[in-house]
Amino acid sequence: MINRKVKGMSKKDILAGEHFLNGDVACAEGAIAAGCRLFAGYPITPQSEITETMAYRLPKIGGYFLQMEDELASIAAVLGGAWGGMKAMTATSGPGFSLMMENLGLGIMTETPCVIVDVQRGGPSTGLPTATSQGDMMQARWGTHGDHEIIAYAPASPQEMFDQTVKAFNQSERFRQPVLVMADEVVGHMMERVIIDPDKIEIYPRRKPSVPYEKFLPYKGGPDMVPEMACAGEGYRVHVTGLTHDERGYPDLSVESQDKLMHRLIGKIRDNADQIIEVEEENIHGADVVLVTYGIAARTALRAMELAEEKGIKVGMLRLITVWPFPLKEVRKIAGDVKGLIVPELNLGQIVREVERAAAGQCPVRLVGHAGGGLHRPENILSAIEEVAR
Amino acid sequence: MRHVATKPEPQIVKDVHHPLEHYFRSERLPHIWCSGCGLGTAMSCLAAAFGHLKLDVDDVSVVSGIGCSGRLAGYMRPDSYHTTHGRALPFATGLRVALEKTKPGHKVVVFSGDGDLFSIGGNHFIQAARRNIDLSVFYVNNFNYGMTGGQVGPTTPMGAKGTTAPYGMFEHPFNLPYLAASSGAPYVARWTTLHVHRLQKAMEEAIQKKGFTFVEIIAPCPTNYGRRNGLPTGLDEMRYYREEAVIENFADPKDAEIIPGKPFIVGTFVDEDKPDYLEIYQKFVADHFEVAAK
Repeated sequence: MINRKVKGMSKKDILAGEHFLNGDVACAEGAIAAGCRLFAGYPITPQSEITETMAYRLPKIGGYFLQMEDELASIAAVLGGAWGGMKAMTATSGPGFSLMMENLGLGIMTETPCVIVDVQRGGPSTGLPTATSQGDMMQARWGTHGDHEIIAYAPASPQEMFDQTVKAFNQSERFRQPVLVMADEVVGHMMERVIIDPDKIEIYPRRKPSVPYEKFLPYKGGPDMVPEMACAGEGYRVHVTGLTHDERGYPDLSVESQDKLMHRLIGKIRDNADQIIEVEEENIHGADVVLVTYGIAARTALRAMELAEEKGIKVGMLRLITVWPFPLKEVRKIAGDVKGLIVPELNLGQIVREVERAAAGQCPVRLVGHAGGGLHRPENILSAIEEVAR
Repeated sequence: MRHVATKPEPQIVKDVHHPLEHYFRSERLPHIWCSGCGLGTAMSCLAAAFGHLKLDVDDVSVVSGIGCSGRLAGYMRPDSYHTTHGRALPFATGLRVALEKTKPGHKVVVFSGDGDLFSIGGNHFIQAARRNIDLSVFYVNNFNYGMTGGQVGPTTPMGAKGTTAPYGMFEHPFNLPYLAASSGAPYVARWTTLHVHRLQKAMEEAIQKKGFTFVEIIAPCPTNYGRRNGLPTGLDEMRYYREEAVIENFADPKDAEIIPGKPFIVGTFVDEDKPDYLEIYQKFVADHFEVAAK
């Protein structure tokens, strides 16, 4: 009766070829390519194209689209869907992301693989519904209560919306943790060439139990601290709870149990951070100034780099593909070799704090902030480069 | 009496089993519920319903929210999910939809309390009923928040006392069979933990019926509700049910309100056939698309 090898997941369902897509559509196609067949969402600008694409595509390829009553329900349905044996995703923007925070924690605590996309817009509150921002970066890291680790991608183009959504699904299965794709309105709405080659897409399958029911401990980590996952109806009779639990999954509210669980939940990400962290380096060697940036801010920073090079300044760029876990080692290493680090981001200072912490006083760290609603002017980043290089 | 220095180990008699034992995580028992509480009775009725339907333990999942009733998921042997406060229904919706693809025919039961389903989770309830998603919702109404110490909630009768209504409740309570029926649920029933056989039968009917089915279970909470409201023991509450519960099937749900000291209706309010969400979705897909999955 069990049909875990989900039918209908053939390569023909992937939108293969060369396309001109906006980032939101590319994200939805990335999810489909990664094997996502359950989407639960709620309309919110500027991510609506993701939800609409899923509503159009999923019924045609054996998937399920659920428009839920709110974002609380959307993420809860995604978690339920993952325990029902499917790959599931939701997409939202700031206000909805805030509503998802509690169940993001349930996902972390119960080690539920799934993907949450936040197409960021200006905030706080209703803010700028149709305009860009990178104001949710720290909320992504610490928005849900309790101590935890997080994995978050920062796409800078529609192509990356596709690629990183696939990666987000793979890492969520690999580490059994909700993974965030922290996009923004500009990347979501900009249209660019997106190349999709089904033969190059690698899929990380769900980690299934390798032992029979009698020997299975649903919350015992393997050598990499990640447990195997038995979904509903597979005969493993698993209990899944947001309470602190032992290896059997049963509530155990002792100090010892909390200590053991937290060390494993945090350890599985921290100790395997090298397998998660991704950065892109450009002209780092011999640079006097290095821009540490991510997402759409990195696109404007590229122009600033060109302008600085025209003026003879040696500028490099460290672009964070994964913002969380933060690439502390990578930044620290560069900080020792340069006159200064410059952090352009579409907020008034979030990731710059991490960069300062990583630089540990080896060099000055300068924020080029922007309150959101538009992008940096390259000239503003250029003047920061000139000042630091001086 | 002999002095016992340490807590005695329970003596397990070999080869003697309770006929419903396989539906329980015996190693998790005894449960945490207070003496006189109705949750154990409701859980027994659920297990008896599973047993009578010969439901395989691997063909059903139990989802619950937070609160005293939320703990039920942890005592039952099937795959069970103890979710966040108020979100049992949307979690179960995702679970049920996914199972339609991975394991068709698998049942999903939601068991939760009045605070969880109707205060913090109220919107999910009306939406899930409207959507007519195939879930069996067994909901224990004990008129208060028991786990957190007897605060009043959306089912507390007007005038009843709680730790957050020391002068009595000033608000009107929900009439839940009426809410469920008007939200579109095709099966709505109410019983008390005194009516164990009828409750079991209603649970069986709800599990077997496709679509969003709803059974309200009126249950005693002597520790936190009864004690403050003239029903200090579980037995007092049972007497209240015996004296005031009036069995009437297919009564107008509008008349189902509960006023302390007055008769209230128990029985089946709604039992009708109506296509559920997945049925409609699957039919459209089958008629319009060539999908490999079906």
